[in-house]
Amino acid sequence: MPSLGADMESGTLVEWTVSPGDRVHRGDLVAAVETEKSVIDVECFEDGVVERLLVPVGTTVPVGAPLALITPDGTGGPSPEAVPPETPAAATPAPPPPEVAHAPPTPAAPSPRATPLVRRLAERLGLDLAAVPGSGPGGAVTRADVRAAVAPPRPLPSPPSPSPARLRITPYARRLAVERGASPQCLTPGGDGVIRARDIPPAPEPTPAAAPPPESPPESPPEPPPATAPTGATAGAGASERMRAAIAARMTRSMREIPHYHVDAVLEIGAVLERLREVNRRAPVPDRMVPAVLLLHAAARAARQVPELNGHWVDGAFVPATSVALGVVVSLRGGGLLVPTIPAADELPLPELMASLRGVAGRARSGRLRSSDTAPASITVTDLGETGAHSVHGLIFPPEVALVGFGAVVRRPWADGDLLGTRPTVVATLTGDHRATDGIVGGRFLHVIDTVLHDPEEWP
Amino acid sequence: MTAPTTDEHARTVVRASLARIAPGPELDALADTDDVRDRLELDSLDFLAFVEHLARSTGIRIDEDDYPRLRTVASAAVFLAAAGPS
Repeated sequence: MPSLGADMESGTLVEWTVSPGDRVHRGDLVAAVETEKSVIDVECFEDGVVERLLVPVGTTVPVGAPLALITPDGTGGPSPEAVPPETPAAATPAPPPPEVAHAPPTPAAPSPRATPLVRRLAERLGLDLAAVPGSGPGGAVTRADVRAAVAPPRPLPSPPSPSPARLRITPYARRLAVERGASPQCLTPGGDGVIRARDIPPAPEPTPAAAPPPESPPESPPEPPPATAPTGATAGAGASERMRAAIAARMTRSMREIPHYHVDAVLEIGAVLERLREVNRRAPVPDRMVPAVLLLHAAARAARQVPELNGHWVDGAFVPATSVALGVVVSLRGGGLLVPTIPAADELPLPELMASLRGVAGRARSGRLRSSDTAPASITVTDLGETGAHSVHGLIFPPEVALVGFGAVVRRPWADGDLLGTRPTVVATLTGDHRATDGIVGGRFLHVIDTVLHDPEEWP
Repeated sequence: MTAPTTDEHARTVVRASLARIAPGPELDALADTDDVRDRLELDSLDFLAFVEHLARSTGIRIDEDDYPRLRTVASAAVFLAAAGPS
């Protein structure tokens, strides 16, 4: 089970699109997983043949659990890999596949404590693996362990100070508690003060804990649940409630942890829009670009030029990202939002960035993001201009350290030398994390956006 | 791909394209003279997808300069009917 979002702990397998014996390639959609926020299509990271599906449809499993065994091409059998390979079977608590004579734990791994992918993730986040408690076999550090170490106080739909009425408990743990008849008030939370699934004692009669029906509403919970997690809702309303709770949790964490600052600038974009109109005039409809993609492009370039704002706040220090993974806020019809990621957005030519934007926005709105769309962003952009708002002063998505906002394109009075006229303009805002930077860096970022927008070399 | 021949047909085609982008009660309640982007809360990507579908399903060329004529179902139908027979 891949991690499909910063806050994800477990996911429910809702669909297999491959069967044993199928040949799969890197990037193929092989399964669909339901998370708190949406259903996400899981892509394969390997070329090979599906050996066996390990998780039946309808089963909820924690992040890190293997979903299937894939035999790599040309090896003739042994050393099966889990899907996705960041969580190979060797690094997870799942039993080794019986039909494989010896499933060696990470055969060529340089260290017994983590797989290369986990190691790389830790490196990228600036974590010392030796300091991370491992939950895998033999104390191996799994991807989930790294994530937990990066973001110890996981956002939850509850206020920071726990009280008897509002317990810090994950939704999955709450459901487990109800199913096993355990009162959440009597449970002991883990080290971070949050009750998780592992803190729930087993039921008196062993229940197939890994297979609760995905939408079963808890019946007569022993204690009133918090207002953010109502029970007995219909499936649709439940999904929407879960999304609201997930958004609230992340933003509450943002408000709690991040000392925000805000800077803004009015950008004149008359010449830019004129140029765009020229490009679009010659282009067939599918190749046309929207103004928003220019703003995203400029923001991605600015993130590369101002690396202090492109990265993550991890364990009291800023860890710069090695590329610009641009989070894009997509508001959904009917409420809520998703923030898919466009990887290496600063390196994409405009037409490709446009195609990526259409892709992620379309998939977000149709409720079928792909696992690659959920990669961790290094900086996020919200373009509220489409709604008519003139500017947006947003909250940072932790563990990122900056958020870029764009308002509506508005004609404003504009002084050009001593001449006054009206020009199309847009208000760009930068929300920064004072732990990492000061307002002057945010100002520099906005200045770079302005420069990029007016640089003819940036154009196709 | 068939260009609409009557105004009523054109309105049906416009609504069918909108239904691909923003199905739901808002579309059902949309009057022919309502501003489509406002009422259905279409952003620029949605509108582009609407134009793309409309152009593909009718075979009519729709330039950016024509976008203002797609403001309502009624005005879009007039535009399509006028462009269709050519």
